[in-house]
Amino acid sequence: MTVDSYTALAKHFAAIVAETTTPTGAAAPAPFLETLPADVLNWVVNFLPDDAHWLRWFLTSIVAIVAILTVFGLTFAFLTVTERKLLGRFQNRYGPNRVRIFGVRVFGFFQPFADAVKALTKEDIVPTAADKVLHLAAPAATVAFSLLGFAVLPYGRHLTALAGMDAALLYFFAAGAASELAIFMAGWSSLNKYSLIAAMRALAQLISYELPLLLVAVPAVMVAGTLSLSGIVEAQGGWLGGVVPHWNIFTPWGFAGAIIFYIAALAECNRCPFDLPEGESEIIAGYLTEYSGFKYALFFMGEYFGMAALSGLGVALFLGGWQAPCEFLQFVPSYVWFYVKLVVVILSFMWMRATLLRLRMDQLMRLAWKCLVPLALVNLATVVFWERTAGWDGPALQAVRWLAALALVVVPFVLLGKTLSAGFGPRKYRYA
Amino acid sequence: MLGTGILKGLYVTAKNLAGSYHDPERLTTIQYPEETAHIPENYRNYPFLVFDGAEAVAGLRCTACKMCEKECPPQCIYIVGERDPATKKMRPKVFDLDISVCMGCGICVEVCPFESIKMDQHFEVAATERFEELLLHREQLAKPDSYYHKIHPTEAAVSDGVLAAEKRKAEERAAKAAAAAAAKAATPPVPPTTASGEPVSA
Ligand code: SF4
Ligand code: SF4
Repeated sequence: MTVDSYTALAKHFAAIVAETTTPTGAAAPAPFLETLPADVLNWVVNFLPDDAHWLRWFLTSIVAIVAILTVFGLTFAFLTVTERKLLGRFQNRYGPNRVRIFGVRVFGFFQPFADAVKALTKEDIVPTAADKVLHLAAPAATVAFSLLGFAVLPYGRHLTALAGMDAALLYFFAAGAASELAIFMAGWSSLNKYSLIAAMRALAQLISYELPLLLVAVPAVMVAGTLSLSGIVEAQGGWLGGVVPHWNIFTPWGFAGAIIFYIAALAECNRCPFDLPEGESEIIAGYLTEYSGFKYALFFMGEYFGMAALSGLGVALFLGGWQAPCEFLQFVPSYVWFYVKLVVVILSFMWMRATLLRLRMDQLMRLAWKCLVPLALVNLATVVFWERTAGWDGPALQAVRWLAALALVVVPFVLLGKTLSAGFGPRKYRYA
Repeated sequence: MLGTGILKGLYVTAKNLAGSYHDPERLTTIQYPEETAHIPENYRNYPFLVFDGAEAVAGLRCTACKMCEKECPPQCIYIVGERDPATKKMRPKVFDLDISVCMGCGICVEVCPFESIKMDQHFEVAATERFEELLLHREQLAKPDSYYHKIHPTEAAVSDGVLAAEKRKAEERAAKAAAAAAAKAATPPVPPTTASGEPVSA
């Protein structure tokens, strides 16, 4: 490279730094807390000389990475114990409540630290016949790929790690698809038939559910007119009468899309009721069978990171991202809203896990290809209708618009449901 | 409609979640070290030795008759008897019970003629060693009668009845013997006399 291209590169990085650090869309008066993260970043970066673009870019990235790892690492730690406690409560049990540190027992919320010590000190068993390199690389790859998605999530008004990325959604799905590779790596390298079956299941499942996931993300892109997640979130700003937010979920297509997205996201994170790759009752622990100790913990971490990233995407696409639910609640910083919504979505995942039973492989495929994909395609038509009729004025026309769009959502669902569940009535018990 | 079943299920689990916080009746877990499960009166695991009075080893009812040692199917009792120099009664010098072998059959209890050995309810017997720590000696096995009454009230009452009946019988027997001796003394066919012809004083 010539000196010229270096300077060009340096300018490019400087632009990225500027974009990440300077508040965009500073129309609203920025309160102190709102800009605090960006201010801290600026303060850190300003220790470096002005013309050290490389270093500035590097430091900005490091700070962003550290921040994401800290926040979501801690979120992961406490989600594991929250999940166990909630599952307990959903089943009328206490859940873990024992661990104490220096005699302090915060309802057992120190459990993750005990778990970490346990995972770190456990023996790391690698099967003799396993492909050692892949076996070691798979857990790391899972975590790495699931972390990629965090780079483009808009955490707050001025808080996106890669704010300059205008194909954020594409990037997110590309990064998400890579996690399938990691799972297959784990299943293949273990040289265990259960692991391999699980890996095949996981591949089939993840590829099948990627389709509805993508198809329902398209409407949000069509309405906002941008692939940038920050743009999609900004397009959901504003309130009807100051209380009803303009989030996508409050439109007929958004509602249907959010539900399809929710189901597909559950399947993408291998969570109950779609946890076939880890079906304990059939294939031991699936692709985790040959993993122990810290590698096992890494897989768990990757799974939770993936779940958090997908929930974050769902929040950005349908739940208005960092937008406050009511106008007068705007004094709460935007990133708090994002986090609250994220946690609510993840908690609802846990509720699902406590309620539903695991599907069978053929049921899983049927749900994806016969139910979710057609509904997602119809949803595309709905959003086209919704956008074409955006100019309709007056209550009568608006009512027609809403009713027609609702019909477009409900009628296919009911019809499809009838056809799919035909012949699957309530089971009659006939004394075996 | 498709999906209504899921909504119903979600309602049920949500009810559990809310209910488990305001209605402790729903939670069936017994939080062990703080709370203990209710142990039924007839629960038994391995035997202990009952003692009367204040001193544990001195008050043991056991007479070292070795009936239990002989009857114990897995042979987990080991007894060495000795004679108490003061009372001239037999008592166990060694009474060992291997609780890692005892199968809790209660045969020792059934054969004991002295209401001495009874089944215990103490179950927190974890030890850090396999042999010595699970071999209980008479000091550890001796427990007061009040403890017996606490853990098996009905059985202890029956046991008290047996002991009382035995005591009464023994007293009657003693009284009868005393009476017989007295009668014997009162009507001597030929009162024994000393050389000087005076009756022998009792
Ligand atoms: S309970 Fe049975 S096994 Fe245990 S000491 Fe008594 S006779 Fe032996
Ligand atoms: S049978 Fe009763 S009195 Fe005899 S040795 Fe055993 S415990 Fe003691």
